[in-house]
Amino acid sequence: MDATLSRPAPVSKKGGGAGKRRPLVSARVLPYLLSLPALLTCIGILIPFITAVIYSLERYNLAFPQARRFVWFGNFIHLFSSAGFWHTVYVSLAYTVLTVGVELLLGLGIALLLWRRSLLTNLLSVLLILPLMVAPAIAALMWKLMTNANFGVLSYLVNAVGIHDFRWGASPSTALFTVVLVDVWVYTPFIAILLLAGLRGLPRQPFEAAELDGVPASFVFFRILLPMLLPYLLTASLFRMLDSIQQFDIIYAMTQGGPGDTLLVFQVQSYLQAFTFTDIGRASAILMVLWVITYALTTVFMKNWTRLRERAHGHA
Amino acid sequence: MQSPAFRVVRALLLLLIGIFFLFPIVWVLLMSFMTNVDILRSPPSPFFVPTLRNYVALISGHLSTSSGEVQIDYMHNLLNSVILSTCSVIVSLILGVPAAYAFARFKFRGGEDMAFTLLSFRFAPPLLVLLPLLGYFQAIGLYDTYFGLIWVYQLITLPLVLWITRGYFEDVSEDLELAYRLDGHSWLSTFFRISIPLARPGIAAAGLLSFIFAWNNFIFALILGSSSVQPVTVGALAFITASGIEYGQIAAALVLSVIPTLILAIFTQRYLVEGLSLGAIKG
Repeated sequence: MDATLSRPAPVSKKGGGAGKRRPLVSARVLPYLLSLPALLTCIGILIPFITAVIYSLERYNLAFPQARRFVWFGNFIHLFSSAGFWHTVYVSLAYTVLTVGVELLLGLGIALLLWRRSLLTNLLSVLLILPLMVAPAIAALMWKLMTNANFGVLSYLVNAVGIHDFRWGASPSTALFTVVLVDVWVYTPFIAILLLAGLRGLPRQPFEAAELDGVPASFVFFRILLPMLLPYLLTASLFRMLDSIQQFDIIYAMTQGGPGDTLLVFQVQSYLQAFTFTDIGRASAILMVLWVITYALTTVFMKNWTRLRERAHGHA
Repeated sequence: MQSPAFRVVRALLLLLIGIFFLFPIVWVLLMSFMTNVDILRSPPSPFFVPTLRNYVALISGHLSTSSGEVQIDYMHNLLNSVILSTCSVIVSLILGVPAAYAFARFKFRGGEDMAFTLLSFRFAPPLLVLLPLLGYFQAIGLYDTYFGLIWVYQLITLPLVLWITRGYFEDVSEDLELAYRLDGHSWLSTFFRISIPLARPGIAAAGLLSFIFAWNNFIFALILGSSSVQPVTVGALAFITASGIEYGQIAAALVLSVIPTLILAIFTQRYLVEGLSLGAIKG
């Protein structure tokens, strides 16, 4: 693992292996030197994060710059006592639970259907990648064209099967359904592809043994397949949760958070606070709440992901 | 297990899945070759006389609307997408590949923490960084510049490059590097002559995937730039909200914005699983 530090004592004595020359940099410094540029680039990004923390503790509205002052947790107290904020929490959680839930079930189903290799399943698993490669914002616009009340092909079809007055993203009662549908269209392939890779990497013996013993299919599925697939399911769903809870592109491109306040999820709400109401303090406070959620999720995710990764690269 | 009924149901389900995931792309592609009359026809029909008018209008920048002609330079957005994505990937490769090698080869103090810090950027809410950054960028003159945006794009492309290539470097045999160095070659030439060539598939995959992710980004340029540097994702939205632009032209704009990534996706699909899971699952 650590070539330069532990094993090759003769190499470093001979000067980094470069004949009789002394090494330009010692092995101790080298890794830092290599990773420093990448780190510096990102530290430039960390500074704004600290600024955001300070913003969230200030009364700071661009329309009233002279009233700017430090208010400690004033923004948060205001947030937690406002119905609008709890609506944002509710919509964001609903969006996350619905998208991740549907995508997980659908993705697992698709992965199982594609498990057995054939010409058809190979072709389909390649074609399935395409929606995933469409920018989420563009995907929302595509669906917007298809659900347009005047000419949208989906509006026509829904009307043709007898559901009249289904207004997709334009009506508060169906807006959430519409954006969840777009999210499902874009990201189900992600889960399906990851689970398919997981499935194809599973050992065959347990399944062959189960078949020989005539074990019922439901037992195989719930007692053998799902437990073996669990780390993959967890990683895929945590990945998706982290994206869903901060979804912006699809919702903003589809309805800009509307109609009314129907789809004001965290980042859309915060965007409107900052750019429509010029209230930087409150916008930052909303983002801090979101950050706490994503930080917690990231911690869980990293643990799971590291385990999978070590297995994939064969050094636990 | 494989009864005929089972196989029919399976084939039917596969067909349904295929339709659901491909229909939107196919339909918007068809729309982009339709005239407004064809699009507004009820019932909608996939049979029509295709026209290239929409693409001609887009490329020339003279778009027809319900209230006369309007000038929108969508090609400039397309160019911006190319510039931003290409430069971001190049910068990420230059910064990320050596760092990935360091994380893969050396156990050094703080190394793992650094690697994870870089990865965690992938999951932080982008607006949290963008909001304060907007103020800074305006103050130091980086607002509305390619340079500023390419820098911020590192938030998405760098973790991807770093973690995918790291996995490939870990799989490169150390003994090979060691043998080459015992032959009297310097560390640097070992890195360039042995390590990089052996990890090349991973580096290529990381480059292609991060290109796609950069191309698909929306929020960075929405906030940190004006229309002069904004990519297609933001340009297309302005397009659809501008009043009265013919629907076929909108469809054509969407098609142009997704074609590059769809083509790249076909090339990257071998590496897709590993890339999408940041190296946690091998395809």
